Amino acid sequence: MTHSPYNPKHHLTDDLIAAYATGTLAEAVNLIVATHVSLCDSCRAAVEAHETLGGAVLEDSAGAAMGDDALDRAMAAIRGTVPEARPIRLSADPAPDPVVPAPLAAYIGGLDRVRWRSLGMGVKQSILRTTPEATARLLYIPAGTAVPDHTHNGLELTLVLQGAYSDEDGHFARGDVEVADPSVNHMPVADMSQDCICLAVTDSPLRFNSFLPRLLQPLFRI
Amino acid sequence: TTKAEDPAIWANALIRIRDHRDEAAFAALFCHFAPRIKGFLIRSGTDPALAEECAQDVLATAWRKAALFDPSRASAATWLFTIARNRRIDIARRQRRPEPQDLPWGPEPDPDQAELLGLQQETEYLGAALKALPKKQRDLIEKAYFGEMTHSEIAAETGLPLGTIKSRIRLALDRLRHALDVRDPR
Ligand SMILES: [Zn+2]
Ligand SMILES: [Zn+2]
Repeated sequence: MTHSPYNPKHHLTDDLIAAYATGTLAEAVNLIVATHVSLCDSCRAAVEAHETLGGAVLEDSAGAAMGDDALDRAMAAIRGTVPEARPIRLSADPAPDPVVPAPLAAYIGGLDRVRWRSLGMGVKQSILRTTPEATARLLYIPAGTAVPDHTHNGLELTLVLQGAYSDEDGHFARGDVEVADPSVNHMPVADMSQDCICLAVTDSPLRFNSFLPRLLQPLFRI
Repeated sequence: TTKAEDPAIWANALIRIRDHRDEAAFAALFCHFAPRIKGFLIRSGTDPALAEECAQDVLATAWRKAALFDPSRASAATWLFTIARNRRIDIARRQRRPEPQDLPWGPEPDPDQAELLGLQQETEYLGAALKALPKKQRDLIEKAYFGEMTHSEIAAETGLPLGTIKSRIRLALDRLRHALDVRDPR
């Protein structure tokens, strides 16, 4: 098996991986999980382990009887369709986008097509279109800049796509995901070397402590 | 069939569909899995008539997409579970399901029979370990893995604290891991 060239140091929690495998997460959370897994062999293996257990539960389950004509209908249906050909993919295929893994690319196209909105101090965001239970946004943080000090009411997941940042919890680089709960009050600062781009998902609005008046938050949907 | 062939029987059915459009293999796969998938969908809140249609769809998808089945990475049951799960997300939540980027792979030959049996057999051990779980734990695992309920919903239904639900599921998973002697990848 070919391995991805990244070995992130900060991973998803087991709870998130299990919920992704069973399909109970909001779309925005599914998106950040799928994007991290695209960059992380060990979380990929964990997802596959949970799916294997799902298969074992399915195999073991009692089932519900199908209608009398079910098999006839199924045979009639497949006779009208031809199985798809095996995809041939060569290792020499052009590399996927170096910054944006495929699941995220399906939402934004390329980084050059993102419509950013300024949050001030050079920090920008772009909210992705997902179902409303949780919000996914791209964050652009210029090298050396701090994201405004904030707390969360709920879960916040941040995945680094380019560059790196540090906060009270550690140093996060390409592929790393930070899982911050409501108790965290943090101020991520981008490394000096490169502008930092992150995918961030929250299941409740962020609360900025000083930077942005609270009244304006609904306007920026943050 | 002999016991040793059992774990690979459904994987082989999918390979016969892929390579020979084998209708008999499809009929056997359908009779085994369609009721299980229908039951799974009903348990996770789908109305029975819709569950029947969706089970039809899931098996028809397996016929069309058999070429994507990789027997060195998943058992047939696991592969069908993921198709059925995605179909359920589609119906229940009306949302897209982002999937991880595929790993790049070369034009690899099919895994040899030993490799294929290895994975399929491991899956069979897992099935046996699942059957050996105490009934309470097994029920919880089924509720959780069928996506029937979130952990909080299971807690609300059973009246048990969320922490208890989570630790019971964890205990069940630890037992399964122990039974398989599978090390946590991290
Ligand atoms: Zn990971
Ligand atoms: Zn935060």
